[in-house]
Amino acid sequence: MVALPLAALALSGCTVPTFGVKPGATTSSKSVYNLWVGFTVAAIIIGVFVLLLIAYAVLRYGRKGDSIPRQFQYHIPLEFTYIIVPILIVLGLFAATIVVENKELANPKTDVTIDVNAFQWGWKFTYPGTNAVVIGQTTDAPTMVMPVDTNVHINLTSTDVIHGFYVRAFNFSRYALPGVDNQFTFNAVTTGTFFGQCTQLCGLYHSLMFFNVKVVSQSDYRTWLARQNNAGAAQVAATVNQQQTNTYVPTKPTAGSGVN
Amino acid sequence: MTEVLNPPAEIPAHDEAHGHDEHHGPTGILKWITSTDHKVIGLSYTVTSVVMMLIGGFFAELIRAQLMSPNGHLVSLAQYNELFTMHGSVMIYLFVGPFAFGALANIIVPIQIGAPDMAFPRLNALSYWLYLTGSITMLSGFFTAGGAANFGWVGYAPLSNSLNSPGTGADLWICALLLTGFSAIFTGVNLCATIFYLRAPGMTMFRMPIFTWNMLVTGILILLAFPVLTAGLIMLYADRHFGTHIYSVAGGGVPVLWQHIFWFWGHPEVYILAIPFFGVATEIIAVFSRKPVFGYKGMVFATLSIAALSLGVWAHHMFTTGVVLLPFFSIMSLLIAVPTGIKIFNWIGTMWRGQIWFSTAMLMAIGFVVTFLLGGITGVYLASPPLDFFTHDTYFVVAHFHSVVMALVLGAMGGLYYWAPKITGYLLNERIGKFQFWFLFIGIQVFTLPGYVLGLKGMPRRIAIYPHNPEWKSLNDLSSFGAVLIGISMLLFVVNIIVSWKKHPAGDNPWDGHTLEWFTTSPPPHHNFYRLPPIRSERPTWDYNHPEHRALGHGVHKDEVAAEVFKAPQP
Repeated sequence: MVALPLAALALSGCTVPTFGVKPGATTSSKSVYNLWVGFTVAAIIIGVFVLLLIAYAVLRYGRKGDSIPRQFQYHIPLEFTYIIVPILIVLGLFAATIVVENKELANPKTDVTIDVNAFQWGWKFTYPGTNAVVIGQTTDAPTMVMPVDTNVHINLTSTDVIHGFYVRAFNFSRYALPGVDNQFTFNAVTTGTFFGQCTQLCGLYHSLMFFNVKVVSQSDYRTWLARQNNAGAAQVAATVNQQQTNTYVPTKPTAGSGVN
Repeated sequence: MTEVLNPPAEIPAHDEAHGHDEHHGPTGILKWITSTDHKVIGLSYTVTSVVMMLIGGFFAELIRAQLMSPNGHLVSLAQYNELFTMHGSVMIYLFVGPFAFGALANIIVPIQIGAPDMAFPRLNALSYWLYLTGSITMLSGFFTAGGAANFGWVGYAPLSNSLNSPGTGADLWICALLLTGFSAIFTGVNLCATIFYLRAPGMTMFRMPIFTWNMLVTGILILLAFPVLTAGLIMLYADRHFGTHIYSVAGGGVPVLWQHIFWFWGHPEVYILAIPFFGVATEIIAVFSRKPVFGYKGMVFATLSIAALSLGVWAHHMFTTGVVLLPFFSIMSLLIAVPTGIKIFNWIGTMWRGQIWFSTAMLMAIGFVVTFLLGGITGVYLASPPLDFFTHDTYFVVAHFHSVVMALVLGAMGGLYYWAPKITGYLLNERIGKFQFWFLFIGIQVFTLPGYVLGLKGMPRRIAIYPHNPEWKSLNDLSSFGAVLIGISMLLFVVNIIVSWKKHPAGDNPWDGHTLEWFTTSPPPHHNFYRLPPIRSERPTWDYNHPEHRALGHGVHKDEVAAEVFKAPQP
């Protein structure tokens, strides 16, 4: 029963309707797409079958007279059939789900990590080990730059309320939860700029919490990171200078200074 | 098609001289305020909850109007947040649930089991007054300085804390949920007690009509789920005003705890809303097909297993939090499709080889099955975590649960057309009813189907504007057009009530019904019955009227029935 739609899928390839879902730009998004197609084929077969049964009953058994139909109430073998067959279909769908899920949520070793921090109402992308920081809010959407064909580890946090980190082209979303470090990995297979948006209601400007994800070649990524690193370092230095000249910076209390 | 079956001649006229002094109580407005009669309270519930539906529907039309432009300026961002919060809250907390177990169950369950009233009539009245007070409390948020609650009908922490939502509207929202929650708990107690203790002699558990069975299961689910929500709300209130840190990271609390508590109530709640209308559709489909419910016992066990499973699936609303056990909640959620499928096949089996009378109620019930099928199938997608990850919080989810709840609206309308005789003594106009059905059914599909595609194209829910994605406009316009059709159908319903006001006296049994409510008068007298037929199956009225057409067991193919058993001496 499950093999049937999957076989149909294998034969028909990409001709099945996907209702706008695309293979996407990462390795995982492709498997999610395949899972989507499998579910859709099963849904169409089952849905059309049940709709046809309803349509047949409605069209065929309209009231013809005042006679009373035969008052049958049970058909045990039939009833068992429509308990057992759906259970088998469900188990098949579950098996396919588990395979894709384990692949999607695997956390392979990687060199590239990006800390994504969501806040009301914007995003901050920091690159640990460097001074690179990208930050932007509402109308000024920040861009997260990441290299292609690399496992990019994302560390997702929130500073205030719950936000939704959603990149449609990656067929993926995850909550940014206060107090929780959510971790997952993207491996982009194509370069390009992809639109992202907060999906979880986070207050007044929820509708405007945009960002972009820009997937670039690995060499472009290194260039970009170096430039950001320098710019970031300059900015840090400027900030530190500013603080030293303009504000009182309390010194750390040391042992014996009288502060318990 | 509008002809009405004459009640069978063998039912003798009622003994009007019978002394029933106790129903000469107060009349007019005093009657409504002081009554503990389940039919009067039920009618109060019906009117209040239908008004709530119209209010919630008005909010929906405003939301759909706002979304017809990528940069809509009909309402501000702040007003938009209030609108969708109050739309969801009014519909879920103040319309669907109270309509199911306050209005329909309150009126019908005691009559279906041959009882004179609910088990605790005064508690029943208290339920209604708590519900009405809660409804007014929630809506009064609009008249406060900060406006109504604006954090969505799920009130996720920490957005709902005093820092992010300081307004009085949020407090009124919490208080309203506490009030209506206690109202629901008391009604759940009342339903369970009534069904367990007040069944007429002969009405064993497996002779209860499916609607009564479903209301029993609903009552049990209410008792299991609502106290959890009440506790969660009190903790939320304490966080807001008493300085506790149950849901805030700063004080060592856990924001996601709110989601666990909320959805531990919220997912059974989905079935607390749906199971009553499964029952309504089952009754209607059987009566208008002139056949017994196909697979009656399977239907009961399917309802019980849906209720049991519904207590173990709450975290499928939280797949994208990253802090729940995905495979467990995935398989539990997927498994709910099995008993739901059994129900759909049983409904088809009930119509199969029947004599279907396409009354408005029957059309609504068939529309319910078709629409629920769509909502159910898309629900299977959402039970798969990888598919949920990219559809979560998009319009795919919005369309999915609107397919489900709009199916419930079809069920609610079917119930009103079907039971109008027992509620008012009069039938609703069938011609207007059929227009209403087609506007409603087509409107629902035109409204929800574009939503699925919008969600797959990436439109998040709860956004007031979409300036970067003007290509979403055309599908939003289509969806809004569907909402207009639904609005017209609701206007037709109001017109129908006005046009049919005391116009078409129903008679006791206009549909050749199966269950005990069709054995008494329309509307039933005080304490419901002057006499009862012998109860030998789940269809006592049908058995009495058609003793030679008893339901056949498995493998019996001829109408070789011992009809004598139904020819018991008249009381």
